[in-house]
Amino acid sequence: MHPILKLITQRVALGLMLLFAASILIFGGTMMLPGDVAQQILGQSATPVALENLRAELGLNDPPVTRYFQWLGGFLTGDLGTALTNGRDIAESLGFRLRNTLFLAFWAAVISVPLAIFLGLLAVRYKDRIPDKVISAVTLTTISIPEFMIGYILIYWVSIKAGWFSSVAIINDSMSLGEKLNAIAIPVMVLTLVVLAHMMRMTRAAILNVMQSAYIETAELKGMGMLPIIAKHAFPNAIAPIVNVVMINLAYLVVGVVVVEVVFAYPGMGQYLVDHVAKRDVPVVQACGLIFAAVYIGLNLIADIVSILANPRLRHPK
Amino acid sequence: MTEPLLKVRGLKIGARIYPPGERPRDIAIVHGVDFDLEAGKVLGLIGESGAGKSTIGLASMAYGRGGVELTGGEVWVNGRDTLKSGMRDVRSLRGGEVTYVSQSAAASFNPAKKIMEQVTEAAILHKKFTKKEAEERAILLFDKLGLPDPENIGQRYPHQVSGGQLQRCMTALALCPEPDLVVFDEPTTALDVTTQIDVLAAIKEAIRDTGVAALYITHDLAVVAQVSDHIMVLQQGAMVEYGTTDQIINNPQEEYTQALVSVRSIKHIEKEPTDTPLLRVEHITARYKGTNFDVLKDVNVELHPGQTLAIVGESGSGKSTLARVITSLLPPSEGTITFDGRVLSPDLATRPLEDLRELQMIYQMADTAMNPRQTVGTIIGRPLEFYFGLKGKAKQKRIQELLDEIELGDGFQDRYPAELSGGQKQRVCIARALAAKPKLIICDEVTSALDPLVADGILKLLLKLQKVEDVSYLFITHDLATVKAIADSIAVMFQGEVVRYGPKSRVLSPPFDDYTDLLLSSVPEMKLGWLEDVLANRKMESAGN
Repeated sequence: MHPILKLITQRVALGLMLLFAASILIFGGTMMLPGDVAQQILGQSATPVALENLRAELGLNDPPVTRYFQWLGGFLTGDLGTALTNGRDIAESLGFRLRNTLFLAFWAAVISVPLAIFLGLLAVRYKDRIPDKVISAVTLTTISIPEFMIGYILIYWVSIKAGWFSSVAIINDSMSLGEKLNAIAIPVMVLTLVVLAHMMRMTRAAILNVMQSAYIETAELKGMGMLPIIAKHAFPNAIAPIVNVVMINLAYLVVGVVVVEVVFAYPGMGQYLVDHVAKRDVPVVQACGLIFAAVYIGLNLIADIVSILANPRLRHPK
Repeated sequence: MTEPLLKVRGLKIGARIYPPGERPRDIAIVHGVDFDLEAGKVLGLIGESGAGKSTIGLASMAYGRGGVELTGGEVWVNGRDTLKSGMRDVRSLRGGEVTYVSQSAAASFNPAKKIMEQVTEAAILHKKFTKKEAEERAILLFDKLGLPDPENIGQRYPHQVSGGQLQRCMTALALCPEPDLVVFDEPTTALDVTTQIDVLAAIKEAIRDTGVAALYITHDLAVVAQVSDHIMVLQQGAMVEYGTTDQIINNPQEEYTQALVSVRSIKHIEKEPTDTPLLRVEHITARYKGTNFDVLKDVNVELHPGQTLAIVGESGSGKSTLARVITSLLPPSEGTITFDGRVLSPDLATRPLEDLRELQMIYQMADTAMNPRQTVGTIIGRPLEFYFGLKGKAKQKRIQELLDEIELGDGFQDRYPAELSGGQKQRVCIARALAAKPKLIICDEVTSALDPLVADGILKLLLKLQKVEDVSYLFITHDLATVKAIADSIAVMFQGEVVRYGPKSRVLSPPFDDYTDLLLSSVPEMKLGWLEDVLANRKMESAGN
C-alpha cells in the first residue's frame, strides 16, 4: 500500500475512535446532570405510579450501558429520538437548523478564508511597513471587540443608516438564494471580522517562517519579484499550518456562533441548543453535542489529511 | 581595451549586528575590494570563514544576505553599475545575467516543487527561452553534468535525488538561462570527497563548454586551484593577494597565502603498537531500532595506549555509529568491547562511573555541544565536580590549569560560548574532555567545521596533549589529510565494514583495495592539473580492465 494511504487510513481510524470517545463523554456527562427527566416532564405534582410508568416507557430503568448503545445505534441510523419538551422528532427540527448553520458558516468561510490568506500574504510582502501594521491593527481590533457589539454596530451603520441589508436574519425554505444572502449579509460580516485576525496572523507567521529558507534566497537570486516568490515558493510550504488554523476557525463558525445567532434571531443550531439546555431537554443536548463533536473532529481530520498531502516527501517517497 | 564583464571598485559591505545586552552597532565586513573578471574566465575567491568571500560573491548580484548592506563602491556588470540601478534592472540581472550556485543545494531547492520547474524557472522568467526550449536545455545540461536518466530526473522532487546529484542540478539551474557569470559558493564543500571530485569535474567541464565566466568561492585552495584562472586571497574583508593560479599556488608572495598553501604540513611519526591494546573492538555488529540492516558488520579494531586510531569513511559508512557503540549509546547486537583489560558493559545504565570517566568525547559542532547559558568556567568545572568532587579554590585552580593547557590563558573563565571563536569553542570542548582525566577520547569530526588554519591549530594541540597526558584518540573523520597528520593506525570504513586496517604507513601505501584507492585519489592536491591527471588515470584503468 502507498505509505500515504496508510497514513490517511490511520488518521481516519483515529478520528472515528475519537468520535466514539466523545460520544461516551457526552452521554456520560448528560447522565451525571442532576434531576430526573421523568420528573421534569410530569412536573412536581406527578404521582409515583405515573413517574414509574414514564420511566419504564423512556427506558430510564435500563442500565446505562444498554441505554448508551441504544442511543448510539439510533444516532447511526438517523433516529435521534424525540425532544422531551415538545415531543417532536429531533432529527427533523435539527436538520433544518443544521442546514441553516452550515449555510451561514459556508458563506462566512467563503469570504473570510481567502480574505485572511490574502491579507496574510500582503502583510508578509510589506512586513513591518505601513500595510502590515494597518492589517494587524484592524484585524486585532475586530477580534478584540465582542461579537454582539460588532453585530449591533454593523446593524446600526449598515442596515439602519445605510439601509443596505436586513437587520434580522430570519430565513426559511421559501426564500430565494438572493433573499437568503441579503438576510445573512450582516451576520456573515460579523463572523468574518471575528475569525479574520487569527487566520491572517497564522498565515503571516507561517509564511514568514518559510521566508527564512535558503530556497527563498534562490528564488530572489533568480530575479523574481516578492509577491510571486511568496505565492509560488513560500505559500506551498506553509500550507500545513495555515490549513490547521483555517479548520479550527471553520469549526468555530459551525459550533461557536451562538451569540451571533441570538443577536440576529437566526434559526441555527446554536440557538436551538441553548434553548434546550435551559429546558433540560437531554436528548436534544446530546444530539447537538455529538453533531458539534463530529464537526470539530471531521474538520481537524481534513486539516491533518491536507497536511499529509501537502508534504512532498510523503506524497512522493524515494 | 574592452570593458570587463564584472568590474568591482572600492566595494564596501557592512551589517548591523545586535550583540546581546548592547546597542545595535554597524560593522564593516568588506573594506574596499577591487577586481576585474573578463568574460569566460574563472576567478577563485579564497579565504577563511568571515573573510567576506560569499558576501562579495553575492554583491556581484547586488544582493546582501540577511541584514548585510552594500554600503559603498561600484559593482559594474556588463557595463552598468548595479548598485545604482533600480530594482527592475537588478531583477533582470539576477537569474538572467548572473546566477548563483549555493553550498547546500538540499536547502536551496524548494522541497515542494519538481526539479525541472525550478531549473527552468529563471530562464523562462527572463524570457531567454520558452518553456519547451528551457526544458530541452535543462535535459542537455543534466546530461552534460553526468546526471543519471537526464530525460526524467527533472520530474523528481529534490528529496528524491542524492546530495551530489542535487548539487549538479543546482549547477544546471545556474547554467540554464545562459548567464554571463555564475557565482559558485562552496559548491562541493558539503560533499564526500569521492562525490566532490565528480561534481568538480562536471562543473569544470560545464564552464569550459558554455564559455561562461565564474566566481568560484571556497576555503579549499586545492579545490580552487583545479578550476580557476586567477585567485584572489581574502582575509577579514580585505584582499591579501591576487594573481594567476600558478603564481598563488607555486609562488605565493604574502605570508598569509603561504600559510594557506602549506596548511596540513604537520608531520607525525607513527608509533609502534604496544603489547596490550587499550581498546579492543571485537566482532561488533549493530543496527538501529526499527531498521532491518546492520549499520556495522563484524568490526574489529584495536587502539594502543597513547596512540591515535583514525576511522576514515564517507557519510553513512558507520563511523559515528561505532563511536556510539563504544560509548554504549547504542548496544551492539553482537561482539564485545574490551577497555583497559576489562569488558565494557554494552548498556549505558550499567556502566560504572570510572568507565564513563575514562572514556570522553569531543564533537564536531562545538556550538551545540556546550550550554550557551553557562560560562566556560562552569562548563569545564562540571566534570571536575562530577568525577572528582572538586570544589571552590581547588576547582578554580584546576580549571585555570586546563585553560592554560589548551592555550587560552586568563580571562576566559567568565566568558560565554557565544563570545568565543569557532576554534576557541573547540578548545574548550577539549578542556572539558581532559578535565575527566580520560584514557581515551573519541574525537568525532572535531576539525570538520573549522577553517584549515584553525583546524591545524587544533590538531597540533591534540598531538601536544597526547604527549603530555598520554591519552589515546579514536579519531573519526572523512578528511584524509587530517588522518595523515595525526594517525598511528587507520581503519577505512565502507558501508559498515572495515575494508582496510593497519598501521598508517601500511594502509597508506600500495597495493590498495578499490575503495581505498578511490578515496585516496579523490583528495584534492594542491597542484595544477591534478583533477585532469586523476580523471585520465581512472579512465585508463577502467579501459585496461
